[in-house]
Amino acid sequence: MSLDVIFYILGGLTIGTALMVVLSKHPVRSVLYLVLTFFLISANYVLMNAQFIAIVNIIVYAGAIMVLFLFVLMLLNLNKENEPKHSPLMTIGAAVAGGGLFLVVVAAMRDAILATPVIDENSPKVGLVENLGQVLFTKYVLPFEASSVLFLAAMVGAVLLAKKEKQTID
Amino acid sequence: MLLATLFESGVKIEHYMVLATALFIIGVFGVLYRKNAIILLMCIELMLNAVNLLLVAFSTYLGQADGQLFVFFIMVVAAAEATVGLSILVLLFRNTRSVDIRLFNKLKN
Repeated sequence: MSLDVIFYILGGLTIGTALMVVLSKHPVRSVLYLVLTFFLISANYVLMNAQFIAIVNIIVYAGAIMVLFLFVLMLLNLNKENEPKHSPLMTIGAAVAGGGLFLVVVAAMRDAILATPVIDENSPKVGLVENLGQVLFTKYVLPFEASSVLFLAAMVGAVLLAKKEKQTID
Repeated sequence: MLLATLFESGVKIEHYMVLATALFIIGVFGVLYRKNAIILLMCIELMLNAVNLLLVAFSTYLGQADGQLFVFFIMVVAAAEATVGLSILVLLFRNTRSVDIRLFNKLKN
C-alpha cells in the first residue's frame, strides 16, 4: 500500500471522528471520539516522520488533557438528559458560517505560492528527539523557561479556584 | 526514508493544508453549534490540533525543526488553558447546576 492511500484513509478517518465529536449527543462519547481523533492525528505525525511530536501528542493530549475532560464530565455527572438543547436556526447559522469560512480559506490557499520542499539527507532527522532537543535548549531556551512560569501560574490558578469554593461551603 | 517518499508519492502539502483547514472548521462549527461549555473547550482543543498538524506538515516540508517546537509550546499552552478552563467550569456548575453556555452571560449586566 502506497503512502498516499494511507494518507487518504487517515485523513478521512480524522475528519469523520472530528465530526462525531461535534455531532455526538452524549458528552462522554464526544470525549472518546476526541481521543480517537488525537490518535489519528498522531498517526499523521508518524507519517510525516515527526516521532517526538507524535508520542508527546499521545501522552499529553490523549493521555492527560482528555482524561482531565473525562474526569470533569464524570464528576459533574453529565449525560444525555441534561445536555443543553440548541435551536435549529443556530444549527443552520453555524453550518453556513463554517462552510463559508472553509470555502474562503481554501480559495485563498489555492492562490498561495509555496516554497519548494527541502528534502536532503538531514531532513529525516528533523523530528527526532536528538535534533529537537538541541534546538529547544539553544534557540528556544527562553520560551521553554517562560512556559514553566505559565504552568506554575495555571497550577496556582486551578488550586485557588478549587479552594475558594471550599471556603464558601463551610 | 519515509519522509522523502511521502511527498513524492502524490501527497502534496496542499492536502495537509486542506485537512488542517477542515479540522479547524469542524472546531469552529462545534463552537457555534454546541451549547455544552465542556464540549466548547474540546472544540477549541480540536482547533489547536488542526494548527499543530499544519505546523508539523510545514516543518517537515521545509526540513526545519522550528515548527515542531512551536507545536510543543502550543501543547504547553493548551494544557494550562484546559486546566484553568475546566476548574472555572466546575465552579460555574456548582453555582448554576448547568453547563449551558447561555447561562454564563451574567457578567453582561
